[in-house]
Amino acid sequence: MKTLMLGNEAVARGLFEAGCDFVSSYPGTPSTEITEAVAKYPEVYAEWAPNEKVAMEAAFGACLSGKRSFCGMKHVGLNVAADPLFTIAYTGVNAGMVIGVADDAGMHSSQNEQDSRHYARAAKVPMLEPSDSAEALAFAKLAYEISEEFDTPVFIKMCTRVAHSQSIVETGERVEVRKTYEKDPQKYIMMPGNAKRRHPIVEERTQKLIAWGETAPVNRIEEGEDHAFGIITSSTSYQYVKEVCGDKYPVLKLGMIWPLADGLLTKFAASVEKVIVVEELDSFIETRCHELGLNVAGKDIFPCIDEFSQNLVADKLGVYAPVCGAKLDDVIPARPPVMCAGCPHRGLYYTLAKNKVTAMGDIGCYTLGAVPPLAALDTTICMGASISGLHGFTKAGGGKAVAVIGDSTFMHSGVTGLINAAYNESNSTIIIVDNSITGMTGHQQNPTTGFNLKGDPCTKIDLETLCRAVGIRRVRVVDPYDLAQCDAALKEELAADEPSVIISRRPCALLKYVKHNKPLEVDPDKCKSCKMCMKIGCPAISMVDGKAVVDNTLCTGCGVCAQLCKFDALKAPQEV
Amino acid sequence: MKTKNIMIVGVGGQGSLLASKLLGKLLLTKGYDIKVSEVHGMSQRGGSVVTYVRFGDKVYSPVIDKGEADYIVSFELLEAARYTEFLKPGGKIVTNTQQINPMPVITGAAEYPADLVKKMQAAGIDVDAFDALKLAEEAGSSKAVNIVLMGHLSKNFDFTMEEWMQAIESSVPAKFLELNKKAFMLGRDA
Ligand SMILES: Cc1ncc(C[n+]2csc(CCOP(=O)(O)OP(=O)(O)O)c2C)c(N)n1
Repeated sequence: MKTLMLGNEAVARGLFEAGCDFVSSYPGTPSTEITEAVAKYPEVYAEWAPNEKVAMEAAFGACLSGKRSFCGMKHVGLNVAADPLFTIAYTGVNAGMVIGVADDAGMHSSQNEQDSRHYARAAKVPMLEPSDSAEALAFAKLAYEISEEFDTPVFIKMCTRVAHSQSIVETGERVEVRKTYEKDPQKYIMMPGNAKRRHPIVEERTQKLIAWGETAPVNRIEEGEDHAFGIITSSTSYQYVKEVCGDKYPVLKLGMIWPLADGLLTKFAASVEKVIVVEELDSFIETRCHELGLNVAGKDIFPCIDEFSQNLVADKLGVYAPVCGAKLDDVIPARPPVMCAGCPHRGLYYTLAKNKVTAMGDIGCYTLGAVPPLAALDTTICMGASISGLHGFTKAGGGKAVAVIGDSTFMHSGVTGLINAAYNESNSTIIIVDNSITGMTGHQQNPTTGFNLKGDPCTKIDLETLCRAVGIRRVRVVDPYDLAQCDAALKEELAADEPSVIISRRPCALLKYVKHNKPLEVDPDKCKSCKMCMKIGCPAISMVDGKAVVDNTLCTGCGVCAQLCKFDALKAPQEV
Repeated sequence: MKTKNIMIVGVGGQGSLLASKLLGKLLLTKGYDIKVSEVHGMSQRGGSVVTYVRFGDKVYSPVIDKGEADYIVSFELLEAARYTEFLKPGGKIVTNTQQINPMPVITGAAEYPADLVKKMQAAGIDVDAFDALKLAEEAGSSKAVNIVLMGHLSKNFDFTMEEWMQAIESSVPAKFLELNKKAFMLGRDA
């Protein structure tokens, strides 16, 4: 059947059709929908792991048991999972194991623009790279065949534009694949003696994969009438090239991005007068071409920053000069993402801003606390870095400071930082902003919510007990809608002479089960235009003709602004 | 057929994903090659969002670039003004006249430009502006702005009413079907 599918849904469909039985992932834009979509097939066991390392290790365990497995993550998640990756590359697999990783050129929702292809090369693991949904489905299935034939985990690498674009796919039937587990210490116990024997096998495997890639249909040459230049490309860059050049120039379209088919690259280069490599982010294909002694152009023409588009490719290849539409003279104000009206993080951030503390931030919706007017954060590095960073900052005498970390992020990689704070006795004040969901990536369950990926009730990790168990004596819970309570808790914990945890607890205002209050009303006679209510950056409040106005389509009646109004002008509507 | 390009722009949370879903369903039944690019994640939190819908005999790029859009359908006036450069010569903007202040305007760091419809027209842009929010409320929910806009856009294409209605039926939950059909008609008649 022909249907329109998101690239990520197509990967999920491919996993399903390939008989994948076990999926363990950690969410991260633009990879999340693979796992959300595959969880909808009752035949597939799927779960959210607390982080990517756990997910990858779980997927390895599942493939060892004899079932095809998958783990999915965004590019930075692969950093977290890098440790098992480099050694699973040595052990190989039993049933097939596929690792989905999604890059985010252009950083639509990421903290860096790293190029995951380097991991394929560094870990010596093959990587397939689809350029649309049909390929995403086909490559997911092919990945399992490669995995089992060559005894290796296999990457399927997405990028935002392939992951989040819908295009037409043809679906097929599911096959079932089962292997049996047999004990094989030399293959699976990677202590030095065994690992030494495995490393040459890995190198041989790469050679075999190169040979396979020379003729495999995943890599193909598309003929063109003009041999003045030929283009080597893959992924979404291939689509831009075809959009701009049509069938004019020969194109080597690579579906397997590692290992690269050296012979094919060489043969293609010999068939055209000049080779241009069109690839987003780093020089990767190009670097390999240079190593092979091929004279190719690439990053001398194309940027290694930001994503590409057809206009950019047209311009750089000199095919045509894009003509833009009219531009208005007015400055169009930017519209950055904001914390939603009613967001429980807001009250907490107001408290931090008011007390002028240094705040080591982390990654999630609560990173938006960095944006004016709250501007309450000092750092954001990677998931979990707030707590460990704060430990260093306070130990080194940095002064009054806190860490702010979300519930999902705390489960992901905050716990180890907290153990460090307790064990090495830093005077850290750690705030867990617990909105009972993984918000930023679109509401995924996590170990603190009491529900699993399939939506069924399950074991709920109790944050207070966990914090106490690792050695934190001062653990308290506040309601972020209650500014006085937040303020008192912050002051007391900062003054305390030992590490402490404040759990700021309120479910995300966008969760279906959360009931909203009636929108607040402004009494214009009482409003003295002091703009105190504007200090919290609530999108529901604005000043119109000098008076505060509440947008009743957005306001959830959380009442945080009312607590700031000294003139009683903001109020819940009176019951009639 | 040469590829046609429709950009759907608005503010995260306004429901542009449903609009592109509806278009996708419709175009699939017509046998076109299609690509629809969406924004998920961060920008959905009240930021400026863009969806690209492209269809034709063979569609390569998933995105629409500057100078390429046949139509820009905008859920909010400032967002229409933000993307005028994406319009191709002879292209058209279909926009809701609703204004939603972005944070820099709310905090007073920037101003919401006045008379945007007039300014776009003065720049030679074909602008079809109307109050889609009012019509959505008339249909029964302010959330139906997306379908009102699709109804209004539909006037520019020669797909049949039946084809549009089928696409609506396969895109919205049954209990909101009547509301959405009404919203579509109100948009189409506006
Ligand atoms: C290593 C890594 N994995 C995944 C992500 C993607 N990501 C960004 S924020 C976030 C979750 C945030 O959830 P939570 O901590 O509960 O905060 P909330 O958004 O709910 O406020 C995720 C999964 C990431 N940035 N880094």
